[in-house]
Amino acid sequence: MSRRALRSLTNAGALALSGLATAIGLFFLGAILWTLVKNGVGGMSAQVFSAMTPPPGSSGGLLNAIYGSVAMTVIGIAIGGPVGMLAGTYLAEYGRHSRLSTVIRFVNDVLLSAPSIIIGLFVYQLLVVRMGHFSAIAGAVALAIIAMPVTVRTTEDMLLLVPQGMKDASTAMGAYPWRTILSVIYPAARSGVVTGLLLAVARISGETAPLLFTALNNQFWSSNLGAPMANLPVVIFQFALSPYPNWQQLAWSGALLITASILVLSIAARIIVSSLGPGGRR
Amino acid sequence: MNPFNAKRALLALTGVVALGAAQAADISGAGATFPYPIYSKWADAYKQQTGVGLNYQSIGSGGGIKQIKAKTVTFGASDMPLKPEELKESGLVQFPMIIGGVVPVLNVKGVAAGQLVLDGPTIAAIYMGEITKWDDARIKKLNPKVMLPPTTIAPVYRSDGSGTNFLFSDYLSKSSAKFKSSIGASTSVQWPVGIGAKGNEGVANMTRQTDGAIGYVEYAFAKQTNMAYADLINKAGKTVVPKAESFQGAAASADWAHAEGYYLILTDQSGAASWPITGASFILLYANPPDAGATNEALKFFDWAYKNGGKMATDLDYVPLPEGLIKQVRATWKQIKGETVAQRSAPGSAHGG
Amino acid sequence: MSTVAAIEPRHVSGQRLRERLFRSSTLAAALLVLLLLGGVALSLLLGAWPALKHFKLGFLTREVWNPVTDQYGALAPVYGTLVTSALALLLAIPVSFGIAIFLTELAPAWLKRPVGVAIELLAAVPSIIYGIWGLFVLAPVLQQHVQPWLINGLGPLPLIGKLFQGPPFGIGVLTASFVLAIMVIPFISAVMRDVFETVPDVLKESGYGLGATTWEVIWQVVVPYARTGIIGGIMLGLGRALGETMAVTFVIGNAHRIGSSLLAPGTTISASIANEFAEAVGDLYTSSLIALGALLFLITFTVIAAARLLLLRLDRRALSSV
Repeated sequence: MSRRALRSLTNAGALALSGLATAIGLFFLGAILWTLVKNGVGGMSAQVFSAMTPPPGSSGGLLNAIYGSVAMTVIGIAIGGPVGMLAGTYLAEYGRHSRLSTVIRFVNDVLLSAPSIIIGLFVYQLLVVRMGHFSAIAGAVALAIIAMPVTVRTTEDMLLLVPQGMKDASTAMGAYPWRTILSVIYPAARSGVVTGLLLAVARISGETAPLLFTALNNQFWSSNLGAPMANLPVVIFQFALSPYPNWQQLAWSGALLITASILVLSIAARIIVSSLGPGGRR
Repeated sequence: MNPFNAKRALLALTGVVALGAAQAADISGAGATFPYPIYSKWADAYKQQTGVGLNYQSIGSGGGIKQIKAKTVTFGASDMPLKPEELKESGLVQFPMIIGGVVPVLNVKGVAAGQLVLDGPTIAAIYMGEITKWDDARIKKLNPKVMLPPTTIAPVYRSDGSGTNFLFSDYLSKSSAKFKSSIGASTSVQWPVGIGAKGNEGVANMTRQTDGAIGYVEYAFAKQTNMAYADLINKAGKTVVPKAESFQGAAASADWAHAEGYYLILTDQSGAASWPITGASFILLYANPPDAGATNEALKFFDWAYKNGGKMATDLDYVPLPEGLIKQVRATWKQIKGETVAQRSAPGSAHGG
Repeated sequence: MSTVAAIEPRHVSGQRLRERLFRSSTLAAALLVLLLLGGVALSLLLGAWPALKHFKLGFLTREVWNPVTDQYGALAPVYGTLVTSALALLLAIPVSFGIAIFLTELAPAWLKRPVGVAIELLAAVPSIIYGIWGLFVLAPVLQQHVQPWLINGLGPLPLIGKLFQGPPFGIGVLTASFVLAIMVIPFISAVMRDVFETVPDVLKESGYGLGATTWEVIWQVVVPYARTGIIGGIMLGLGRALGETMAVTFVIGNAHRIGSSLLAPGTTISASIANEFAEAVGDLYTSSLIALGALLFLITFTVIAAARLLLLRLDRRALSSV
């Protein structure tokens, strides 16, 4: 075989393999989603959204778990979001070139990738041991700690995208930096920052490990933040491994529900980013 | 737009979330996972009748003991009873609430449910890696009529800490001195061979999928999933079938009257009908409770469950306590300060329903 | 208009105060990031202290994990953590590399975006979903179709044969690695794709100008240019794999043993904590589990720090998807 033919054959082979690799990736996404749809759709009914988690053998739904997940995610993002936005603002505006910022960026990247079970252990030591019992607020704090670095990162990135000219114009009018940030930079970066928050919500709403030792679970409706609260991931965990068919069915329905919500959130976030135009990321 | 509008909206949402915080006080308890299904069933029915909820956190027996000692819950639940000294030391009262059993399940080609008979020493040898083939002479001796294949035995065990582990390893420790000295009994032990699976479902799945596997699951589980189980030879030398009567047999043959603090482990009981891997799940309460009202509410629930919970328990393949034992437990309650349940309740006088 | 009001002199002192307030609140929030990491490290150390004091260095070198005799060693979970992560990378790197090439060099414009997003969505699927999928769907398939073939085909071979012996359980080190591989593919491929895109077109064009094929340009121009970034991306994937909890807990078999076979069950640090923490009785047991957590923190911290240092040279913005 000529050297030229060999080269083009290698080329074709390598490129075919890369196509195959992509197909493999897509196949697994498809396989996982198909499993969820196949097992979860059958149990989807109005009852899932209107009844509490049942004892074995009785009919019921996931209302308290859905509520708990939403409540803890909302509180988690309400704590982690603003704090993360402020920290991101510091990195992008006030301390853009300071050495402290380099350290904080690095530490934030570490936190971003820190195993979530470690965050769970930390909050267990910090709040659960001290309060003496498991509570929804401990779960929310754990989620906030996971959401924060995501927000720090996206906020900084998004603020950096705001054209320098806009900032200069505001400064030239005699505005203090805080006024420029609030009235010019934030509005200009709004959709990007919102995207960051959406991604943070997507990230924390499916977390199981940090809730195992913090919020735990609750069979009934509870809106008491000082007490354990039901939440979808832990209910899925518990019900999926039980022998009772009605619990297993609910676990699959919950799994479908939570995955679908997170995928919708993630896709929505990407659509917002792409509408940002050429300056935005992907 | 002021970006802090978004923050304000989030805060408002938080407010809504916190609004319902004031609600009727629930009974709070924590502990063993094994009785969780039946406690949750009782709790559901009890709430419908009385409006009082039971918030039971199934965090494991160890967690239950930890939580009651930290006084963060009204009652603790454990599959592993505390020793009388330990009860005295921490001022706790202990009593059994519900009974269940652990069943060996298997997946051997050509062997149907209830066809195989095993005994403690043989199972211990399997789980110590001494018996590795299904056609081993020791298994053949117990089952002369069964055609056993030369398949490798794959022992499957519970990898998470659990009451099931405790009952099973306690039974094996009582059956084999070597098992006792080299492995011992606990909610989580170091198995020298085999594969760990998480939860009953994990063990069942693993056993069902692996040719030649043996595992152990809670009776309720084996029953609900129609797994092939093995019969056991008990202390009296009789072959027993795992069913409600055998568990009740073990509970009845136990000498509760002389067991201080109900410290009795129901494995390897002597009665002819006793299933050898039977266990009770226990409740722990303070004799001098920090909140007497809450403890009394909890006792009302237990009282109700003894009276009305039998049918629900049987439906889920748990075994209610024998009547005599319930009487004894009610008498025990009198030790608890500020309780009003044992005084006014006579067995049979239904107040629920 | 408020911005105009800002330049009126009587507002100046109020403005200064607000400026100071806002500035210090952003600084405080930024410092909180440092404080959090410090807090996590400190609380883990404090919690781990009793176990470390009791077992000393032996905690790291012993395989025993026996709650009955209260003896704990971290060797088996540390080994499991490292082996599953390494194996996951071995499986994930070629696939991620292929995906990155496909998306940057091959895919037509209309296909690029949907496929890229779909791969990224793999990262959005919660890990507990990977867990139940791994246990109920993947494990039976591996057990019935893949593992018997591995055992019969590779088991008898010298040297590597040891890795593929024993009964096909379905779950175990190999299955856990497989699930981990699927989970880290989106992370590694995203970084690779981003660093490939940083390669200047001029370089590629000159490669093509010399008559090189697409593959030759990728292998001889793009890859060498993006080398540090690729390694950084792989390290990030490694960081993910090391700390993954729920998915692994479902499928690894949770045995505190070091088996020579990849088909045998094992355990990882995070799986041990998730499995045993709630049930652990006794201070030494709990403390040993927290000590495992501290070890995991140390390992992931090192890996992530190395990855970030490697990636620091590249345009930060290109990596923000990770």
